[in-house]
Amino acid sequence: MSTTEVKKAPKEGLFSKKNRKLITDPLNDSNPVTVQVLGICSALAVTVQVKNAFVMAASVTAVTILGNVLMSLMRNIVPNRIRIIVQLVVVAALVIIVDQTLKAFVYDVSKQLSVFVGLIITNCIIMGRIEAFALGNKPWPSVLDGLGNGLGYGIVLMTLGVVRELFGSGKLWGAQVLPESWIYSVNNPDGWYVLNNFIILPPMALMLVGLYIWIQRARNTKLIES
Amino acid sequence: MEVLNIFIKAIFIDNMIFAFFLGMCSYLAVSKSVKTAIGLGAAVIFVLGMTVPLNYLLENYLLKPGALSWLLGEKEAAGIDLSFLSFILFIAVVAAFVQLVEMSVEKFLPALYGALGIFLPLIAVNCSILGGALFMQERQYPSILHATSFAVGSGIGWAIAIILLAAIRERIRYSHVPAPLRGLGISFILTGLMGIAFMSFMGIKF
Repeated sequence: MSTTEVKKAPKEGLFSKKNRKLITDPLNDSNPVTVQVLGICSALAVTVQVKNAFVMAASVTAVTILGNVLMSLMRNIVPNRIRIIVQLVVVAALVIIVDQTLKAFVYDVSKQLSVFVGLIITNCIIMGRIEAFALGNKPWPSVLDGLGNGLGYGIVLMTLGVVRELFGSGKLWGAQVLPESWIYSVNNPDGWYVLNNFIILPPMALMLVGLYIWIQRARNTKLIES
Repeated sequence: MEVLNIFIKAIFIDNMIFAFFLGMCSYLAVSKSVKTAIGLGAAVIFVLGMTVPLNYLLENYLLKPGALSWLLGEKEAAGIDLSFLSFILFIAVVAAFVQLVEMSVEKFLPALYGALGIFLPLIAVNCSILGGALFMQERQYPSILHATSFAVGSGIGWAIAIILLAAIRERIRYSHVPAPLRGLGISFILTGLMGIAFMSFMGIKF
């Protein structure tokens, strides 16, 4: 009798080592923006100010988590052939909710993000994670995977946002960080720092991402492409 | 004249890649050879040029505040604003259209289908297509002609960018790029440099 007893797999803790890895991996080794090349469009366009970058990162994280969970719950009942349409509808519905929420609570930020809130629908991170992870995994790991990838995206956005806002306009989150007396202008010729207007322009965002990738891969040499 | 102005502006000044970073994912992934870049560029021009006018009609006769007046009369339609539905309708139009293009290319141009195969369905999630529709909505173009010239111009701008990058990347294979910068990193920096060059078009006006 005792020989036929089926060995029960030990129950996995909510934050077991495997599950923790789901969150920490996308922060560096498989970062969605700099390694998987996903979701770059919005990462570059909204980083002129830290506040916009933060709102965008939070929105994308929320949509990634919720989309992952919903698709993971539905993974056994959605026929394979129509899964892309189902995913698009789920994601579009979530983005409508996010868009209306932003319009209700942070109207000025939502105006500045303009079309990029709507473009969360086509953000490849979300579709990519649903395709690659949520369709084959249980809901809880999908939550963690969504959170990890959202944070990985957020880290890049916040880094770019801090650099661009600090050197471009001497502010962080809209508050003056470099004192006015340091900044050179016609009225203040004693200032030693000339605001770098170029860093606010679009081409510099691309170059900063290039530099970010350079630094990241110099430290993490296994990511280097042959 | 204004139509031409919008067209030139969409190609050079408000370039989808260099000014708004739209469609970057496929721009970086498919720019390894000039041949596939030309194919994808042409497909994007076509899909943008068709879906933006379609979405323009949807926006003006269904979604925007008071747009239903042709159906219900001025008074009843005035209070109806369906614009929160625009994301879901726009993406449905884009997805359906890409499916249609894919099927007809497979049937009538099998050779092109073989060359583009994997990249055709990717166009549905290319943000430059949905972005075109959303910019059209935001900027409220006065006529469908304006919207179409904006769409075709944006498509041409995107195609120019991806073909140029593909040509540079074919050359750069033979140069000594620092190891951590190879591949993705240098593509970003190249795009930035191209963006600076395109900024010199900023003063053009017709």
